[in-house]
Amino acid sequence: MAKVTIDPITRIEGHLKIETEVDDGVVKDARSTGNLFRGIEIILRGRDPRDAQVIAQRICGVCPQSHGMAAALCLDSAFGLGDKIPDNARLMRNLIQGAHVAQDNVLHFYHLAALDYVDITDVAKYEGKDSDLNSVKDFISRGQLGPFMPRYEGDYRLPVEVNQMAAAHYLQALDIRRMGHETVAIFSGKIPHSVGIVPGGVTAVPTVDKITAFLWKVRKLQDFIDNVYIPDVLAIAGVYSDYLEIGAGCKNLLSYGGYDLQGDEADLTTRKRLFKQGTVSAADLKLRKLDMDSITEGVKYSWYEDSSSGKHPSVGETKPEYGKPDAYSWVKAPRYGGQVYEVGPLARVCTSYVDGHPEITRLVDWALAELKAPPSALFSVMGRHLARAISAKVIADSLEKWLLELKPGEPTYVEYEIPDEGAGMGLIEGSRGALGHWIEIKDKKIENYQAVVPTTWNASPRDDAGTPGPMEQALIGTKVRDKDNPFELVRIVRSFDPCLACAIH
Amino acid sequence: MVKEIPLVWLPAAACTGCSVSLLNTASPTIKNLLVDPVIPGVHINLRFHPTIMAASGDVALKVLEDTAEELKGGYVLAVDGAIPTGPTAGYCNMGERDGEPVTIETRFVELAQNALAILAVGTCASFGGIPAGGSNPSNCVTVRKSLEQHGIDKPLINIPGCPPHPDWFVGTVATILLNGLPSADELDADLRPKAFYGKLIHENCPRRAYFDEHKFADKFGAEGCLYELGCKGPITHADCPTRHWNSGTNWVIGAGSPCLGCTQPEFMSLPFYEKLTDVQLPVVGADWQSKEAE
Repeated sequence: MAKVTIDPITRIEGHLKIETEVDDGVVKDARSTGNLFRGIEIILRGRDPRDAQVIAQRICGVCPQSHGMAAALCLDSAFGLGDKIPDNARLMRNLIQGAHVAQDNVLHFYHLAALDYVDITDVAKYEGKDSDLNSVKDFISRGQLGPFMPRYEGDYRLPVEVNQMAAAHYLQALDIRRMGHETVAIFSGKIPHSVGIVPGGVTAVPTVDKITAFLWKVRKLQDFIDNVYIPDVLAIAGVYSDYLEIGAGCKNLLSYGGYDLQGDEADLTTRKRLFKQGTVSAADLKLRKLDMDSITEGVKYSWYEDSSSGKHPSVGETKPEYGKPDAYSWVKAPRYGGQVYEVGPLARVCTSYVDGHPEITRLVDWALAELKAPPSALFSVMGRHLARAISAKVIADSLEKWLLELKPGEPTYVEYEIPDEGAGMGLIEGSRGALGHWIEIKDKKIENYQAVVPTTWNASPRDDAGTPGPMEQALIGTKVRDKDNPFELVRIVRSFDPCLACAIH
Repeated sequence: MVKEIPLVWLPAAACTGCSVSLLNTASPTIKNLLVDPVIPGVHINLRFHPTIMAASGDVALKVLEDTAEELKGGYVLAVDGAIPTGPTAGYCNMGERDGEPVTIETRFVELAQNALAILAVGTCASFGGIPAGGSNPSNCVTVRKSLEQHGIDKPLINIPGCPPHPDWFVGTVATILLNGLPSADELDADLRPKAFYGKLIHENCPRRAYFDEHKFADKFGAEGCLYELGCKGPITHADCPTRHWNSGTNWVIGAGSPCLGCTQPEFMSLPFYEKLTDVQLPVVGADWQSKEAE
């Protein structure tokens, strides 16, 4: 039995360690350790509830908009505004969140994941006239190759010219994702850590010039997703087709939907949304209705006091106990009905797919046909990348319609009083999946705040029953060809797009 | 011949927002920064940055440790995030030695004592920021404080902001490459470059006329100065009103939101949506009005 430890896992957000026990080339056991605790839930206590939207965004600088949105929905519900947000505000929130998530998906594939598959050193052999590639060639010839070297060596399978094209797309994607952030800023001031989404609505007002500016940035984003991102994912999945068969994990998926299509329904689990709320399991591929009472967070193997284990997030506690015996992570272990669930683009695409969403069904069936793969292949490393790209397309393609529904001059904000006491819940789909915020208000101040974040689900350690989390399960059973260059492990982990500042907060 | 300036980026108790903001740099682009000589004849050799680097695990850490050992006094250290200390130093770890986790405080000290200069990127590194807010559960300290605690005397520049504008980071680095480290009078008392943090938001705010006329917005979306809604522009040092964010697209007050004061040491200690109290406010024309009165 050999121990293979990867610490830090890079090209993700935050501080993550993966430990595996490898026997005869197969992962027998895996442990995922979140390595940074800031205690933002504790820091929020006693503050003005409206501050939650500002501070919760700072849980993560990669997905701030998702936390701002979840916090705003959570405060809307605590302030009794869940069914009173003006349509303009609902649409602008979708636009801000949608543009942010679509650029984040592009960032993940090209700037976080791609270097596991693409050998950019092949640009040294480039003989063409692309000035970007020639500047990379110059860079390589100067010999100081940080941050692109060193790296794991071995399993790079793409032909030279495909590596060169992928390197050009890596650079192009840097521009596209920056433009995605410019799009967000049109209605949200700036990003990371934007200001536009607040309880009661939004701060900005829609004007025709801003709508038009937004529209043409969206069209560039759509063009890139359709003609570069999705073809690249299919090309990589075709060459690395064994990754359509590994990294499945728990095969239970959970989605909160996200992107509100309806403003007059306060219940976030039944409100009409772009993606479908619910759960799906590989066993029967049937959609099941969300039951928010079924969520608990265990901490037996996390660095928190055991007395806080097993609680629903509405009454959740965060009581650090670093060094607790047997515990090995700052990530808690959320479970749904006591079972392990994966969240993320794969989950939201699958809930919508089994619900019969026409466009998502068409895209999933088309992509699977291109890869000559069955639906079960979605539960894999490449399945996650593919679902992320499809999710990005569905979101980007929705933005134009929402833009054109905006009515300049109509309300964007509804006034409210902060209640003396109250409770709220905000549920959305962040880039990385199902994101929930819960608040309890007492004397007009935050009495308790809890966030259960996509990577809390995916990177969770064992639960109180000893069952490993989704990422751990995805690693266990994997064949590792070269434990000094464990490509399989990092490719599986990165397919989840982990975000550790989020997961622990 | 291109001169290489090695840079290592250490994430402490951070959210990665400072790094994502740097990705948004418009001119030079992030590609220019990573690949090209960003100033003619000078290339920034970003050796270590966990969010973008190819290497993982020990392969990555070897770069970090080799840099401190082999390039003593010859590399720039950028830190984002505050630094957990004392009994809670283990709240932020990166990598292991002899099977034991290594705290980010240890990593910081090892890198800082051999650095040419240190850049504290963002408000957490500069002033404690988010993790040091409220009860500061992880006993986070600023980069400046950690250097003092460990008796390390190295040039330090704070580049606060939650996150900082990419121009503030790029501009500071370009200044160092062109002119060397800034002199004491180029930094303010909080070690911020005056070039970017020399003026108050309030001084150049396009809604300033509303303030002077006492026309205040009473809710989001309304016309008027955002002072009554909690704007921290009157105490916040930054050039956002003239620079604008995300390639000049917009800025906080441009989206109808009060300034949150994110470049200030007091960022986390004030309620974001409550009117400032006990603040000396400048009034446009006060000088000539008093002279006219005489």
